[in-house]
Amino acid sequence: MKIAVCVKEVPDAGPLRKIDPDTKRIDRSGDRSLNTYDLNAIEEALRLNEAGGGGEVVLVSLGPDRALESLRKGLAMGADRAVLISDDAAVGSDLVATSLALAEAIKRESPDLVLFGQAAGDSDGAVLWAAVADRLRLPVISQISELEVAGGNVTAKRQTEFGYDRIQAPLPVVLAVSDSLNEPRYPSLKGIMGAKKKPQDVVSLADIGVPADRAGTAGSRTTVTALNPPPSRGDTQKIEDDGSAAQKVLDYLVERKLV
Amino acid sequence: MSTLVFLEHHGSGIQKAALGVLSKAASLDSDTSAVIIGSGVSGLAQEAAKYGAARVFIADDASLAAPLPQARVDIIASLVGAHGFQNVLFGASVLASDIAGGLSARLDAGLNWDLTDLEGSASALVGKRSALGDTVLVDVGWTSEPRLGLIRSGSFEPAERAGAGAVENVAIALEDFSSKAQMVEQANEAQTGPSIEEADILVAGGRGLGAPEAFSELEGLAAALGGAVASTRAVVDSGWYPYQTQVGQTGKTVSPKLYIACGISGAIQHKVGMQSSQVIVSINKDPHAAIFDFSDLAVVGDLHDIVPKLTALVQERKG
Ligand SMILES: Cc1cc2nc3c(=O)[nH]c(=O)nc-3n(C[C@H](O)[C@H](O)[C@H](O)COP(=O)(O)OP(=O)(O)OC[C@H]3O[C@@H](n4cnc5c(N)ncnc54)[C@H](O)[C@@H]3O)c2cc1C
Ligand SMILES: Nc1ncnc2c1ncn2[C@@H]1O[C@H](COP(=O)(O)O)[C@@H](O)[C@H]1O
Repeated sequence: MKIAVCVKEVPDAGPLRKIDPDTKRIDRSGDRSLNTYDLNAIEEALRLNEAGGGGEVVLVSLGPDRALESLRKGLAMGADRAVLISDDAAVGSDLVATSLALAEAIKRESPDLVLFGQAAGDSDGAVLWAAVADRLRLPVISQISELEVAGGNVTAKRQTEFGYDRIQAPLPVVLAVSDSLNEPRYPSLKGIMGAKKKPQDVVSLADIGVPADRAGTAGSRTTVTALNPPPSRGDTQKIEDDGSAAQKVLDYLVERKLV
Repeated sequence: MSTLVFLEHHGSGIQKAALGVLSKAASLDSDTSAVIIGSGVSGLAQEAAKYGAARVFIADDASLAAPLPQARVDIIASLVGAHGFQNVLFGASVLASDIAGGLSARLDAGLNWDLTDLEGSASALVGKRSALGDTVLVDVGWTSEPRLGLIRSGSFEPAERAGAGAVENVAIALEDFSSKAQMVEQANEAQTGPSIEEADILVAGGRGLGAPEAFSELEGLAAALGGAVASTRAVVDSGWYPYQTQVGQTGKTVSPKLYIACGISGAIQHKVGMQSSQVIVSINKDPHAAIFDFSDLAVVGDLHDIVPKLTALVQERKG
């Protein structure tokens, strides 16, 4: 099968993530890596083709040129090539603009499956697949914790607020997978060495037929107007376990009459 | 016509989160309508009127029985086309998020998600949203209409306010791709065993346990403390622990006196289910784990070392 996997470079989690007060956008100047939830989507694509007689796995991403470095991790895991939409006019794209650019890039590939991770670690939207599926006019299934592809159909189990559904749809289809679906492999040394040589297309908006005014801030329909720190929960007391943590936790609970 | 609220139902009732959004919307805009989509749902219109809907649109058809998003995008998009709603609001859920995402593309309409409050008026709406794992609060806006918003569950309590509730049946015309995904088996998890919502103390385990067997360590601690065991979606999806114990967006919302999180990263979808616990203690070997940002006591260490020791200490103390 030909499988397109939508992946995103995100700022590293940890204490350094912040929003730039001038642009009111996420500060992307620090360390970055491939969104960890997207590794589950890459892993699933690789497994499906390993089990089902081969095919091609194409990573599709919208981001700056330097995002190629993060995409290489996916290539090192085993994806065959990458398509990165990179354009000055695409900076600041929201859901409306991002979904259009990705859909146009995916259309050129005509994949059998389009896979997404469960959420982008920086935006936590968990909505992009639904927008892309609508633009591609394809069925969509999200939150997938079990997946089976057979006879031109996918059958997926997903968790909602009420328990587990089982949903079926014909190919081609757009899928978003949960982080419990699989355990992403680590790239082998050979994989890492080979990744640089795999095809990596950097395409502009014009290349994929997206007018500049439908991308970036011009093509976006949402804005951030003010930034505030959230109400704090009070100070966190932090201890590192040197063998005495259990005792310290007990003391803490006793002090608060919880034991 | 200005604001439309999607009312999600399950079985024979409208979801509380959706009614909360409806009553909030009605307090900002007297011209607020609701839409209910499903099979055999006409009887739910009255409920919508009670929480402030001036009009209730009903799309009732056997083809809409399964709670799948794409046909619902078709219906809401045609309502927006016919009536020119300025705002379309949803109580966040798996279904509502997929509808809102699809609608955003269909209408080229801006979507803001994870909103915890709404201010302003129907024609000048401002959304409050926490971002980056709740480390900043941002005011968000929209640059065109309709404005689409997904409101975090639990943000608004339903408040009764009478609305005219004029019922209007909607003609159903679906796109060819919207019915391709079919429900094979629909969730209806039966409740068994004691409910974690009633426990004063919860010992919760995540994927950091490493294996399903490790839940016995947590059961030991929970028994010593007189509490119950809770879990994350990652371990429930993996079949390590039952769905009834899951805390978070698609699980339970709990507020015990004490929540001990073991091997849990603190994803936002987990946090929304447990952040109102009175005291939160977390054990995680990653010093940067997000869970530490909203814990009272943060313990950097290996849960397999700490939990058995703590259990023994508690037992010893209780004698
Ligand atoms: C729409 C949607 C709805 C969702 N609903 C929910 C929900 O209701 N509930 C929910 O929980 N999640 C939900 N999720 C999933 C959520 O995003 C996370 O994927 C999930 O909460 C992660 O679970 P976890 O913390 O157990 O696993 P992980 O994120 O894998 O975290 C495991 C943690 O254990 C730590 N660890 C590992 N070994 C040890 C050790 N020996 N000692 C101590 N610490 C250790 C690691 O450092 C890590 O921080 C939802 C996601 C989406 C997109
Ligand atoms: N800029 C992007 N380029 C490619 N894929 C993306 C991008 N942003 C998000 N995604 C994909 O969409 C999923 C959900 O993102 P979000 O809706 O932003 O939480 C991620 O897990 C990725 O698979």
